[in-house]
Amino acid sequence: MISLAHFQVLAYILFCLGIYGVLARKSTVLVLMSIELMLNAVNINLIGYSAFGSFGGSHTALGQVIIVFVITIAAAELALAIAIILRLYRERRSVNVDEIDLLKG
Amino acid sequence: MPGSLILFYVAAAFVLSGGIGVVVSKNIVYCAFSLLVSMIGIAGVFLLAFAEFLALVQILIYGGAVVIVILFALMLTRIEDFRDISDNRNRPLALVISLGLLAMLIASLVRTPTPQGDQSAVSMVELGESLFTDWAIPFEVASLVLLVALVGAIVIVRRDAGDEEQGDPS
Repeated sequence: MISLAHFQVLAYILFCLGIYGVLARKSTVLVLMSIELMLNAVNINLIGYSAFGSFGGSHTALGQVIIVFVITIAAAELALAIAIILRLYRERRSVNVDEIDLLKG
Repeated sequence: MPGSLILFYVAAAFVLSGGIGVVVSKNIVYCAFSLLVSMIGIAGVFLLAFAEFLALVQILIYGGAVVIVILFALMLTRIEDFRDISDNRNRPLALVISLGLLAMLIASLVRTPTPQGDQSAVSMVELGESLFTDWAIPFEVASLVLLVALVGAIVIVRRDAGDEEQGDPS
Protein backbone atom coordinates (compact mmCIF):
# COMPACT_ATOMS: atom_id res chain seq x y z
CA MET A 1 0.00 0.00 0.00
CA ILE A 2 1.29 3.46 -0.83
CA SER A 3 1.95 5.54 2.26
CA LEU A 4 2.80 9.17 2.86
CA ALA A 5 6.46 8.26 3.38
CA HIS A 6 6.76 7.10 -0.25
CA PHE A 7 5.69 10.52 -1.53
CA GLN A 8 7.96 12.28 0.93
CA VAL A 9 11.08 10.28 0.08
CA LEU A 10 10.48 10.76 -3.65
CA ALA A 11 10.01 14.50 -3.15
CA TYR A 12 13.17 14.77 -1.02
CA ILE A 13 15.33 12.95 -3.56
CA LEU A 14 13.98 15.06 -6.43
CA PHE A 15 14.49 18.28 -4.45
CA CYS A 16 18.12 17.37 -3.71
CA LEU A 17 18.69 16.56 -7.38
CA GLY A 18 17.39 20.04 -8.16
CA ILE A 19 19.70 21.62 -5.57
CA TYR A 20 22.64 19.77 -7.08
CA GLY A 21 21.69 20.95 -10.55
CA VAL A 22 21.35 24.59 -9.48
CA LEU A 23 24.75 24.58 -7.77
CA ALA A 24 26.74 22.47 -10.23
CA ARG A 25 25.46 23.47 -13.66
CA LYS A 26 26.98 26.23 -15.72
CA SER A 27 24.33 27.10 -18.30
CA THR A 28 21.49 29.34 -17.12
CA VAL A 29 18.92 27.24 -18.97
CA LEU A 30 20.05 24.14 -17.07
CA VAL A 31 19.82 26.02 -13.77
CA LEU A 32 16.27 26.94 -14.76
CA MET A 33 15.42 23.28 -15.47
CA SER A 34 16.79 22.31 -12.05
CA ILE A 35 14.57 24.96 -10.43
CA GLU A 36 11.60 23.38 -12.21
CA LEU A 37 12.62 20.03 -10.72
CA MET A 38 12.63 21.57 -7.23
CA LEU A 39 9.19 23.13 -7.75
CA ASN A 40 7.84 19.76 -8.82
CA ALA A 41 9.38 18.08 -5.78
CA VAL A 42 7.41 20.53 -3.64
CA ASN A 43 4.28 19.58 -5.58
CA ILE A 44 4.85 15.87 -4.91
CA ASN A 45 5.24 16.59 -1.20
CA LEU A 46 2.01 18.63 -1.19
CA ILE A 47 0.01 15.99 -3.05
CA GLY A 48 1.22 13.39 -0.54
CA TYR A 49 -0.06 15.43 2.38
CA SER A 50 -3.24 16.23 0.47
CA ALA A 51 -3.97 12.55 -0.14
CA PHE A 52 -3.08 11.25 3.34
CA GLY A 53 -3.58 14.17 5.69
CA SER A 54 -6.94 14.71 7.31
CA PHE A 55 -7.73 18.41 7.10
CA GLY A 56 -11.38 17.98 7.92
CA GLY A 57 -14.25 20.29 7.27
CA SER A 58 -14.25 22.39 4.15
CA HIS A 59 -10.52 22.19 3.49
CA THR A 60 -10.26 18.76 1.88
CA ALA A 61 -9.23 20.25 -1.46
CA LEU A 62 -6.70 22.68 0.04
CA GLY A 63 -3.60 20.71 -0.98
CA GLN A 64 -4.64 20.52 -4.61
CA VAL A 65 -5.60 24.21 -4.64
CA ILE A 66 -2.12 25.12 -3.42
CA ILE A 67 -0.58 22.95 -6.16
CA VAL A 68 -2.65 24.81 -8.78
CA PHE A 69 -1.21 28.09 -7.46
CA VAL A 70 2.34 26.69 -7.41
CA ILE A 71 2.01 25.61 -11.05
CA THR A 72 0.67 29.08 -11.99
CA ILE A 73 3.53 30.90 -10.29
CA ALA A 74 6.03 28.44 -11.80
CA ALA A 75 4.70 29.25 -15.27
CA ALA A 76 5.03 33.01 -14.62
CA GLU A 77 8.54 32.50 -13.26
CA LEU A 78 9.53 30.46 -16.30
CA ALA A 79 8.29 33.14 -18.71
CA LEU A 80 10.24 35.87 -16.91
CA ALA A 81 13.37 33.70 -16.61
CA ILE A 82 13.37 32.86 -20.31
CA ALA A 83 12.94 36.57 -21.13
CA ILE A 84 15.90 37.45 -18.90
CA ILE A 85 18.02 34.68 -20.49
CA LEU A 86 17.26 35.92 -24.01
CA ARG A 87 18.08 39.50 -23.01
CA LEU A 88 21.28 38.33 -21.35
CA TYR A 89 22.30 36.44 -24.46
CA ARG A 90 21.72 39.51 -26.58
CA GLU A 91 23.74 41.79 -24.30
CA ARG A 92 26.59 39.45 -23.33
CA ARG A 93 26.63 36.70 -26.03
CA SER A 94 26.79 34.14 -23.24
CA VAL A 95 24.39 32.44 -20.84
CA ASN A 96 26.96 30.87 -18.50
CA VAL A 97 26.50 31.83 -14.87
CA ASP A 98 30.28 32.12 -14.33
CA GLU A 99 30.59 34.90 -16.87
CA ILE A 100 27.71 37.00 -15.53
CA ASP A 101 29.61 38.90 -12.84
CA LEU A 102 28.43 42.49 -13.32
CA LEU A 103 27.46 42.79 -9.66
CA LYS A 104 30.72 41.30 -8.38
CA GLY A 105 32.63 43.85 -6.32
CA MET B 1 3.24 -6.32 -3.31
CA PRO B 2 0.01 -4.57 -4.25
CA GLY B 3 -0.43 -3.22 -7.75
CA SER B 4 -0.63 0.43 -6.72
CA LEU B 5 2.78 0.20 -5.06
CA ILE B 6 4.32 -1.30 -8.20
CA LEU B 7 2.79 1.52 -10.26
CA PHE B 8 4.17 4.06 -7.78
CA TYR B 9 7.67 2.60 -8.12
CA VAL B 10 7.39 2.73 -11.91
CA ALA B 11 6.33 6.40 -11.77
CA ALA B 12 9.10 7.16 -9.26
CA ALA B 13 11.63 5.48 -11.56
CA PHE B 14 10.47 7.77 -14.39
CA VAL B 15 10.70 10.84 -12.15
CA LEU B 16 14.13 10.06 -10.75
CA SER B 17 15.72 8.85 -13.99
CA GLY B 18 14.49 12.01 -15.69
CA GLY B 19 15.78 14.15 -12.83
CA ILE B 20 19.19 12.48 -12.89
CA GLY B 21 19.28 12.97 -16.66
CA VAL B 22 18.62 16.69 -16.22
CA VAL B 23 21.48 17.19 -13.78
CA VAL B 24 24.17 14.89 -15.27
CA SER B 25 23.63 14.80 -19.04
CA LYS B 26 26.29 16.53 -21.14
CA ASN B 27 24.00 17.25 -24.08
CA ILE B 28 21.66 20.09 -23.24
CA VAL B 29 18.91 18.86 -25.58
CA TYR B 30 18.94 15.49 -23.80
CA CYS B 31 18.52 17.45 -20.54
CA ALA B 32 15.33 19.04 -21.90
CA PHE B 33 13.92 15.66 -22.90
CA SER B 34 14.91 14.17 -19.54
CA LEU B 35 12.88 16.98 -17.95
CA LEU B 36 9.94 15.87 -20.11
CA VAL B 37 10.31 12.26 -18.86
CA SER B 38 10.43 13.49 -15.27
CA MET B 39 7.29 15.63 -15.70
CA ILE B 40 5.33 12.74 -17.24
CA GLY B 41 6.38 10.60 -14.26
CA ILE B 42 5.12 13.28 -11.89
CA ALA B 43 1.78 13.22 -13.70
CA GLY B 44 1.73 9.49 -12.92
CA VAL B 45 2.41 10.22 -9.25
CA PHE B 46 -0.50 12.69 -9.24
CA LEU B 47 -2.75 10.00 -10.75
CA LEU B 48 -1.72 7.55 -8.01
CA ALA B 49 -2.77 10.17 -5.44
CA PHE B 50 -6.18 10.35 -7.20
CA ALA B 51 -5.58 13.92 -8.41
CA GLU B 52 -6.60 13.44 -12.02
CA PHE B 53 -7.09 17.16 -12.70
CA LEU B 54 -3.55 17.92 -11.58
CA ALA B 55 -2.17 15.06 -13.68
CA LEU B 56 -3.90 16.58 -16.70
CA VAL B 57 -2.58 20.06 -15.88
CA GLN B 58 0.91 18.63 -15.33
CA ILE B 59 1.01 17.01 -18.77
CA LEU B 60 -0.49 20.10 -20.47
CA ILE B 61 1.67 22.74 -18.80
CA TYR B 62 4.94 20.97 -18.05
CA GLY B 63 4.91 18.29 -20.72
CA GLY B 64 3.67 20.72 -23.32
CA ALA B 65 4.38 24.34 -22.62
CA VAL B 66 7.41 24.36 -20.31
CA VAL B 67 9.56 21.89 -22.23
CA ILE B 68 8.72 23.57 -25.54
CA VAL B 69 9.56 27.01 -24.13
CA ILE B 70 12.88 25.69 -22.78
CA LEU B 71 13.68 24.16 -26.18
CA PHE B 72 12.90 27.53 -27.78
CA ALA B 73 15.26 29.21 -25.31
CA LEU B 74 17.98 26.71 -26.25
CA MET B 75 17.38 27.39 -29.93
CA LEU B 76 17.40 31.19 -29.56
CA THR B 77 20.49 31.36 -27.32
CA ARG B 78 22.40 29.10 -29.75
CA ILE B 79 24.91 27.75 -27.28
CA GLU B 80 27.86 26.67 -29.43
CA ASP B 81 29.01 23.69 -27.37
CA PHE B 82 25.53 22.38 -26.59
CA ARG B 83 26.72 18.79 -27.08
CA ASP B 84 29.34 19.05 -24.39
CA ILE B 85 28.17 21.21 -21.49
CA SER B 86 30.73 21.37 -18.72
CA ASP B 87 29.82 21.77 -15.06
CA ASN B 88 30.81 24.48 -12.65
CA ARG B 89 34.04 24.10 -10.76
CA ASN B 90 32.17 23.93 -7.42
CA ARG B 91 30.62 20.60 -8.39
CA PRO B 92 32.04 18.60 -5.41
CA LEU B 93 30.64 21.24 -3.05
CA ALA B 94 27.24 20.93 -4.76
CA LEU B 95 27.38 17.14 -4.32
CA VAL B 96 28.19 17.51 -0.62
CA ILE B 97 25.44 20.07 -0.04
CA SER B 98 22.74 18.11 -1.83
CA LEU B 99 23.64 14.78 -0.20
CA GLY B 100 23.84 16.47 3.20
CA LEU B 101 20.42 18.04 2.70
CA LEU B 102 19.01 14.66 1.64
CA ALA B 103 20.44 12.97 4.73
CA MET B 104 19.00 15.72 6.94
CA LEU B 105 15.54 15.45 5.33
CA ILE B 106 15.47 11.65 5.59
CA ALA B 107 16.60 11.84 9.22
CA SER B 108 13.84 14.34 10.00
CA LEU B 109 11.35 12.06 8.25
CA VAL B 110 12.42 9.05 10.32
CA ARG B 111 12.27 10.97 13.59
CA THR B 112 8.90 12.61 12.97
CA PRO B 113 5.67 10.68 13.49
CA THR B 114 3.77 10.88 10.22
CA PRO B 115 -0.03 10.82 10.09
CA GLN B 116 -1.10 7.32 9.14
CA GLY B 117 -4.48 8.20 7.69
CA ASP B 118 -6.21 6.41 4.86
CA GLN B 119 -5.81 7.67 1.35
CA SER B 120 -8.61 10.10 0.56
CA ALA B 121 -9.56 11.29 -2.89
CA VAL B 122 -10.68 14.80 -3.80
CA SER B 123 -12.99 14.82 -6.78
CA MET B 124 -12.60 17.29 -9.60
CA VAL B 125 -15.99 18.83 -8.72
CA GLU B 126 -14.88 19.38 -5.14
CA LEU B 127 -11.62 20.99 -6.32
CA GLY B 128 -13.46 23.30 -8.69
CA GLU B 129 -15.97 24.36 -6.06
CA SER B 130 -13.21 25.06 -3.56
CA LEU B 131 -11.18 26.99 -6.14
CA PHE B 132 -14.07 29.23 -7.17
CA THR B 133 -15.68 29.82 -3.78
CA ASP B 134 -13.14 29.75 -0.94
CA TRP B 135 -10.15 30.66 -3.09
CA ALA B 136 -11.79 32.85 -5.73
CA ILE B 137 -9.86 36.03 -4.83
CA PRO B 138 -6.44 34.32 -4.69
CA PHE B 139 -7.30 32.69 -8.01
CA GLU B 140 -7.98 36.08 -9.60
CA VAL B 141 -4.81 37.50 -8.07
CA ALA B 142 -2.85 34.57 -9.53
CA SER B 143 -4.26 35.28 -12.97
CA LEU B 144 -3.25 38.94 -12.55
CA VAL B 145 0.27 37.84 -11.55
CA LEU B 146 0.45 35.70 -14.67
CA LEU B 147 -0.68 38.60 -16.86
CA VAL B 148 1.85 40.99 -15.30
CA ALA B 149 4.63 38.41 -15.67
CA LEU B 150 3.87 37.88 -19.34
CA VAL B 151 3.71 41.62 -20.06
CA GLY B 152 6.96 42.04 -18.11
CA ALA B 153 8.58 39.28 -20.16
CA ILE B 154 7.63 41.08 -23.36
CA VAL B 155 8.99 44.38 -22.01
CA ILE B 156 12.29 42.73 -21.02
CA VAL B 157 12.86 41.05 -24.38
CA ARG B 158 11.68 44.00 -26.52
CA ARG B 159 14.44 45.99 -28.16
CA ASP B 160 14.74 49.53 -26.85
CA ALA B 161 13.89 52.48 -29.08
CA GLY B 162 17.59 53.41 -29.11
CA ASP B 163 18.55 49.98 -30.41
CA GLU B 164 16.10 50.25 -33.28
CA GLU B 165 17.49 53.61 -34.35
CA GLN B 166 21.01 52.21 -34.25
CA GLY B 167 20.02 49.19 -36.31
CA ASP B 168 18.21 51.35 -38.86
CA PRO B 169 20.63 52.37 -41.66
CA SER B 170 18.65 55.41 -42.84
